[in-house]
Amino acid sequence: MLGSPRYFYTFSSSVLPWLTPIALVTLLAGLVWGLGFAPSDYQQGNSYRIIFIHVPASSGALMGYMALGVAGLVAVVWRMKMAEVMLKAIAPFGAALAAISLVTGALWGKPTWGTYWQWDARMTSMLILLFMYVGVIALQNVIRDPRQAARAAGLLAMVGVINVIIVKYSVEWVQTLHQGSTLKLFGESTINPAMKYPLLISMLGLWLLYAVNVLMRARTEVMWRERRSKWVAKLVTRPEKGEQ
Amino acid sequence: MAFESFADFLAMGKHGFYVWSAYGISAFLIIASMVLALRGQGQVRQTLARQQRRAELDAEVNDESRT
Repeated sequence: MLGSPRYFYTFSSSVLPWLTPIALVTLLAGLVWGLGFAPSDYQQGNSYRIIFIHVPASSGALMGYMALGVAGLVAVVWRMKMAEVMLKAIAPFGAALAAISLVTGALWGKPTWGTYWQWDARMTSMLILLFMYVGVIALQNVIRDPRQAARAAGLLAMVGVINVIIVKYSVEWVQTLHQGSTLKLFGESTINPAMKYPLLISMLGLWLLYAVNVLMRARTEVMWRERRSKWVAKLVTRPEKGEQ
Repeated sequence: MAFESFADFLAMGKHGFYVWSAYGISAFLIIASMVLALRGQGQVRQTLARQQRRAELDAEVNDESRT
């Protein structure tokens, strides 16, 4: 019953103390492996090492937006409270990841293609993804009533899912500067295994850290929305064990 | 280790600037988002605790004036 705010709060209290260290250790392990131990690329030398943050951040931003779209749908159609909470909790870290994707992509592009930026399908649609995230956050801050804010933000989140599909397939549909995926979930990856494993590990680490961030933000939002309830009042006077 | 020395590691071929600024900016954004999430939690808790204390004080004052 994760749909109940109170249950969600207790559940996340038991998950965060172990999920947070696991996420941090996994991410650091993947990055150290990728930066210091993976072999250099025969064409790109060492600039390719940007991949170990670029791909995890980009995939995280895309997945996060898909989750935002689902939360938007549930919030708009069924008006579920926890979906409204998630709509608020998922967006900020996703926006940070979209920004990281753009910046690291530019810094990788310069030594590889000779330019920081080009207005092609992949890059432009990724920039739009960042704007969609910022738009969802802004709508929630501008509209006072939290339920009305969730409806507006939820609609925008749903519309933006179309853009996620464009980002994903832009490298296959049209000519772009961006290289195609070498890492495939189904079928043979064309990336060297010595590069694939550190990439998969840092990807997992960053996704887990995203989950930690969402849980933390959702707890704050739940606490605020339920501030008039008895269980929150009790929590405020007598903090749970192991919490500040 | 894929590098001969620590200096080699920092140089990243000739691409040290690109690699390290990519990681620097990423670390900044990730850490900032985590800190903001943590701080938000503390702020809500503090605000609610303050409101609660005020409500309790008000209740006490009302009790005293009644007796």
